[in-house]
Amino acid sequence: MIYLDYQATTPLAPEVAAAMTAALDHYGNPNSAHRAGRIAAADVELARDRVMAALGRKNGRLIFTSGATEALNIAIIGAARAAPSGRRRIVTLATEHPAVLDTVLSLRQAGYEPVILPVEDDGLVDPDIAEAAIDGRAALLAVMQVNNEIGVIQPIEQLLALARSWNVRTLCDAVQGFGRLPTPDADMIAITAHKIHGPKGVGALWLRDGVDVPPLMHGGGQEGGLRPGTLSPSLCAGFGVAAQLAAERRTADLAHVEALWARARILFADWTVNGSIDQRYHGNLNIRRAGLDAARLVSQVRNVALSLGSACASGSGRPSHVLRAIGLKEAEARGALRMGFGRYTRVDQLEEAAALINEAAAMQRAVA
Amino acid sequence: MKSRIYLDHAATAPLLDSARAAMLEGFARWANPSSPHASGREARALLEDARRRIAAALGWEGHILFTSGASEALAMALGRSTASGILAGATEHDAVLRHVAVAQRLAVDQDGLVRLPETIAPGTLVVIQHVNSETGLIQPLDAMAEQVHAAGGHLLADCSQSAGKLALPEGADLIALSAHKLGGPIGIGALLVKDLALIRPVGGQEQGYRAGTEAMPLACGFAAALEAPVAWLDAVARWRMALDKAIVAAGGVVVAGDGARLPTIGSYRMPGVSAQAQLIRFDMAGIAVSAGSACSSGSLRTSHVLAAMGWDESAASQVIRVSMGHDSEAGDIDAFLAQWQAIATDMRSR
Repeated sequence: MIYLDYQATTPLAPEVAAAMTAALDHYGNPNSAHRAGRIAAADVELARDRVMAALGRKNGRLIFTSGATEALNIAIIGAARAAPSGRRRIVTLATEHPAVLDTVLSLRQAGYEPVILPVEDDGLVDPDIAEAAIDGRAALLAVMQVNNEIGVIQPIEQLLALARSWNVRTLCDAVQGFGRLPTPDADMIAITAHKIHGPKGVGALWLRDGVDVPPLMHGGGQEGGLRPGTLSPSLCAGFGVAAQLAAERRTADLAHVEALWARARILFADWTVNGSIDQRYHGNLNIRRAGLDAARLVSQVRNVALSLGSACASGSGRPSHVLRAIGLKEAEARGALRMGFGRYTRVDQLEEAAALINEAAAMQRAVA
Repeated sequence: MKSRIYLDHAATAPLLDSARAAMLEGFARWANPSSPHASGREARALLEDARRRIAAALGWEGHILFTSGASEALAMALGRSTASGILAGATEHDAVLRHVAVAQRLAVDQDGLVRLPETIAPGTLVVIQHVNSETGLIQPLDAMAEQVHAAGGHLLADCSQSAGKLALPEGADLIALSAHKLGGPIGIGALLVKDLALIRPVGGQEQGYRAGTEAMPLACGFAAALEAPVAWLDAVARWRMALDKAIVAAGGVVVAGDGARLPTIGSYRMPGVSAQAQLIRFDMAGIAVSAGSACSSGSLRTSHVLAAMGWDESAASQVIRVSMGHDSEAGDIDAFLAQWQAIATDMRSR
């Protein structure tokens, strides 16, 4: 099996597996005052430092969550609830992950005004449109750094500066960019371990000093009262090592991704790339071909793990909201494939996968 | 003799070897269970297999929704409840109490048994823990469920402490579970649901009731932990009974001593000696015990559980909890008792 689905999840790094296995023996509850508890708490705090370092943050607080979805929910709902009564707008992009879009839209029934900004055909938001939507009526701007389906990188610093000029709180979904690109200067940043070769079941929300949001859940008062629930020393340790590895290997990983990208562009030269080519994380290649039934292709190419869009929506059969937002017609979107590659992908695997994919696409055309 | 003795299983239990092995197997299959390709489907199959095994181990025929733990399961059941109102026992975990106003809390008797009101409005969700985490008191949930159902209400049982040790309460409509209290991994729990109409959906994974990539290896560890035999429970019950007697003989008080209690938990007052002083002495002696729940043990707050049972603040501040589990040995309890007696004698002579 050739795995080309790095945006859905990434292979667990062996260093991470080793750290997690070791920490499984640290069975204490990190909240317990006795020695067993303090050993477990030390795992958690070491991991917190490592994730903070990989984020490039010395200040603010990092709270561990069960994943990015939970971190995004705490940030969005919390920022809405903490906003002054005159600020009811929640501004976000049409191409956000459902963890953001669905959460923002759910606030409508609580009296907030979701504002969903369109994107251009290249997947990037037009700064003029953003400028028209962001003002003193907005409570929050939630914007992702790297899109999970088409890999495009938003002009995020420009958007954040615009929000700051109106004192609007900002949240960045940095799930796909964390460990790869510099961290955006947002008030809140949501990340998850399993997209950087860490375990599933742990993520984090970073909050700038002075940014306070009420908790979503109640319980034992862990994580400064913002996120209750016993933390797993093992999952946290795995996240910490994954973050540290990503930081240490950033240059090498990026160079490898660039090499894979350059090869992939040649291998898929006669396909159309969805979304901006330059403003893009090159570990993502989302491509389409006229007349292709991509869903059929994915099931034909059994030895390659590919996807049509996000893993969450893959089973649903509904067309990708991201491809629709960049102006693709339904028939065009049906011909789109998502490939994601990175640290453990070899060039020869990419070549083998491309041969299988191109062959299957050619067969479809021949039959048609 | 062991260099460290762990008697704080109610805070978290050491991971069972079988659960660890299941997790390591899961780590090797790291694909996203929602991905439609073969790797994803393989991860999905393991996740669903874990769900089926958990259902079988618990004898549960309803839905099982995985969560990040009991706190999230309770937040899901309470925050997204379709009930017309909520009532909760006064000795519930903070994860429950912060969802319910003081007026909605049900008083308990001196042993901690919840007193259900004469009338319960139809459509009410009544939240009661199966076993109290601080005292070990077992609530007669089967009988309570009948009364709640007769009034047209529903019962949410917090079985964080009891699952894997006692049978699930038969009449409960919703049940919150945590894997790490029963030898499974930290970071996973579940909400068991008889009828999905009791909670509002939110989208994404878990049949549309929870969003977020599923942590399949944790689910496998959870299933393996629940399948582990609990033959050790009988011995623990004998040790706890003997410990109760010995503590009383040494001048101590057994909390909720007249109530039916889970054999793994003992809660004891050492008159005249603060829990904090006891904890420091026990930790220095290499014995891990706690004052109340782990979540609040850093805070030095008086236990709301003991307060609800009518304990005054000074007596309540002298109570510590001992909790045993699958790896406990008779020698652990002997060492604890010897240390308890030594601290009591030592402190009294000062």
